[in-house]
Amino acid sequence: MSEERGSSAQTEEDEDLFVSAMESPEAARLSAEDLSPSSNGPRDDDPDDLFAEATEEVSLDSPERQPILSDGPSPAITPVSISPRVDVFDRSPDLDEEEEENRDTFDIQISVSDPEKVGDGMNAFMVYKVTTKTSLSIFSRDEVCVKRRFSDFLGLHSKLASKYMHMGFIVPPAPEKSIVGMTKVKVGKEDLSSVEFVEKRRSALERYLLRTVKHPALLKDPDVLQFLESSELPRAVSTQALSGAGILRMVNKAADAVNKMTIKMNESDAWFEEKQQQFENLDVQLRKLHVSVESLVCHRKELSVNTALFAKSAAMLGNSEDHTALSRALSQLAEVEEKIEQLHQEQANADFYLISELLGDYVRLITAVRGVFDQRMKTWGKWQDAQLMLQRKREAEAKLQYASKPEKLQQARDEIREWEGKVQHGERDFEQISRNIRREVGQFEKERVKDFRVVIMKYLESLVHSQQQLIKYWEAFLPEAKAIA
Amino acid sequence: MMQEGLDDGPDFLSEEDRGPRAVNVDLQTDATLQVDISDALSERDKVKFTVHTKSTLPNFKQNEFSVVRQHEEFIWLHDSFVENEEYAGYIIPPAPPRPDFDASREKLQKLGEGEGSMTKEEFTKMKQELEAEYLAIFKKTVAMHEVFLCRVAAHPVLRKDLNFHVFLEYNQDLSVRGKNKKEKLEDFFKNVVKSADGVLVAGVKDVDDFFEHEKTFLLEYHNRVKDASAKSDRKIRSHKNAADDINRIASTLYTLGTQDSTDLCKFFLKVSELFEKTRKIEARVAADEDLKLADLLKYYLRESQAAKDLLYRRGRALVDYENANKGLDKARAKNKDVLQAETTQQVCCQKFEKISESAKQELIDFKTRRVAAFRKNLVELAELELKHAKGNLQLLQSCLGVLKGDT
Repeated sequence: MSEERGSSAQTEEDEDLFVSAMESPEAARLSAEDLSPSSNGPRDDDPDDLFAEATEEVSLDSPERQPILSDGPSPAITPVSISPRVDVFDRSPDLDEEEEENRDTFDIQISVSDPEKVGDGMNAFMVYKVTTKTSLSIFSRDEVCVKRRFSDFLGLHSKLASKYMHMGFIVPPAPEKSIVGMTKVKVGKEDLSSVEFVEKRRSALERYLLRTVKHPALLKDPDVLQFLESSELPRAVSTQALSGAGILRMVNKAADAVNKMTIKMNESDAWFEEKQQQFENLDVQLRKLHVSVESLVCHRKELSVNTALFAKSAAMLGNSEDHTALSRALSQLAEVEEKIEQLHQEQANADFYLISELLGDYVRLITAVRGVFDQRMKTWGKWQDAQLMLQRKREAEAKLQYASKPEKLQQARDEIREWEGKVQHGERDFEQISRNIRREVGQFEKERVKDFRVVIMKYLESLVHSQQQLIKYWEAFLPEAKAIA
Repeated sequence: MMQEGLDDGPDFLSEEDRGPRAVNVDLQTDATLQVDISDALSERDKVKFTVHTKSTLPNFKQNEFSVVRQHEEFIWLHDSFVENEEYAGYIIPPAPPRPDFDASREKLQKLGEGEGSMTKEEFTKMKQELEAEYLAIFKKTVAMHEVFLCRVAAHPVLRKDLNFHVFLEYNQDLSVRGKNKKEKLEDFFKNVVKSADGVLVAGVKDVDDFFEHEKTFLLEYHNRVKDASAKSDRKIRSHKNAADDINRIASTLYTLGTQDSTDLCKFFLKVSELFEKTRKIEARVAADEDLKLADLLKYYLRESQAAKDLLYRRGRALVDYENANKGLDKARAKNKDVLQAETTQQVCCQKFEKISESAKQELIDFKTRRVAAFRKNLVELAELELKHAKGNLQLLQSCLGVLKGDT
């Protein structure tokens, strides 16, 4: 049942994640005994591995952590020391709450800044400075600065997704690739749209990192730590597969697998059904809202441009007006309109950077959430498949009883034991992922409420500011208009 | 079904809309002759205006009376002024534009067709908006027709015009048919000739400083007003589009509010309510800007054209006068047809001087009217903008207060 993971980058190996247990012959070989800390074999995302270590207590500040960073390990393979973290999640709900409280008071600030173009022409790329300020002890320093490029972020996300999504963790998606946007930047167009594009990306990358570290499991992940702290990062390969869309495709394969399941999952827990429906509805409405907000941004920008044009025209009219007082008033009107144009521009930016981007982020996040639900169904499917297999092995053994082939009989009995183990694991995995999802969704909803509240309040305050400015401008103009004699 | 509702010709004017409106011009209401449009009815493809007159003049049979007129009859009246040589020295009040509900009607029709594809709330909302838009266009066209009549009634000479009295009093259909194709073609050529001529005439330098200045001024002014009018229309269009977006956002927020399982549901509902209200205010802002600024500019675009036409007529008369002078000199030199040339010269001289005299006064009045109209509208525009911004601000602050208190 274990998944083979060499480098996370190859799409073909991504396929392995979703291959059903029956199809991978090697899987049969791994049993509980193999999964001791000393073995060479452990794969970071092998659920067996993690659960087997459940009894081992290793503190979070364990020195075992250090070797990870200095050895420069292959991105996807993370050694055993991860298990204590999983252990934490395995404990009683009381501890979960305590951890969640810690989440609210955690002290880490991440900023992405100073985009710099490196290189020329089509091989050029943008490099961003990632600054982490924190008092958390898992970090080696209080303040770290590193330089990262966009594909590094994608690489990080891909590693995290492949490690955690199948356990039911909601891994925040990375920002989307944009061929058009990047080409303009590469080609060296210094115009407004490339500047906006880079700023939009910088902001998105910052939000991505903040969301990632908000998740306690991800915060302590060595890959995340390496990303934030290590000055050199092995170049993520094959970023085609690493694109946000690539990961989503990977996630969707789970959905496909679910659809192919012969036995439809009998949902004994109404909570999951309810939640899935809610997220589906939320998806529809958020997308709709996103479209409307994008339209608003567009129209406000248009309004800003047209106001500027009108202002110029009014100024010209004022110039040609031969009544002095009216001429002056018209010029004042032109000035007011110019100031209002600026207001509209700022408001359009607020519309965009506050609301539109938030909605875009959440549309992608919800895809990840739904992906996690699909993973659960996949896990259930695997468990069912294991049960079927066990039954078949039992039947085969029963038949062999009368065939007097002792080696074959022994083999059949061995296989039965093996599959009994797999059924047990399957059930445990299913219960584990169900628990994880409940907790993740609870946390996700909490964050969602906070995010939307904060952003919308900020947005309303920006609207308040706009109106206050408008009042100022028109109050200044009114006496000028009245002065026309 | 919606079309029928409109065709029934509901009376769109509420009580507050009746009475003298005089939107863009500051006119003295003179008790001897007061004209207004007291009512209007919209039918399938025409609008029927009820023209109401109050007068103490002896010319009329009664002191107060009303007739029903259509747009074509206004145009007939306007054209009769333009074609009257006696009025060559006056700025003819510009004709009101044709009532144009086509765009609005089309939108309402499209909405009717798309009824099945949207929710009941969305449909009702959009229908209300389109009806409000229709109403706004309707009110505007009434105002513009009324302004035309008021201008005529306020003009010392035009108010005595016989056609005007017939227009006001004759309670049967004036049987004024719209121009047929041939006539429209003739008009077209007339205009072409006129503009070519206008260029020639404009080239003639005027000895009179006042008129020379006015010519230069009006030419530039007219062009700039045209540009400002177009730009203000575009600006207002964008504003309306943004308000529409906010409307859609409010609807979606409402749906989100009803569906959400977290504390956000109340939050979304409150914000949705807020946006519904602010959007209405934004739509009002766009409508007021349209009324006070865009319409003002459009009106003065037409009036400045009428003033240009006056200058053209004077210029034409000047050229005729100068030609008559040359003709007289020639006749005297040849000593042939001198009397005829003298008569022609005298007629041209009189015509020119008559036009010049009244034109000067007209142009001065034009400036006075223009300044007064701009003042009135700019002041009202600023006051309305302030009123709406304060309204918006209050809504936003009160909503923020409630939302902050909820956390």
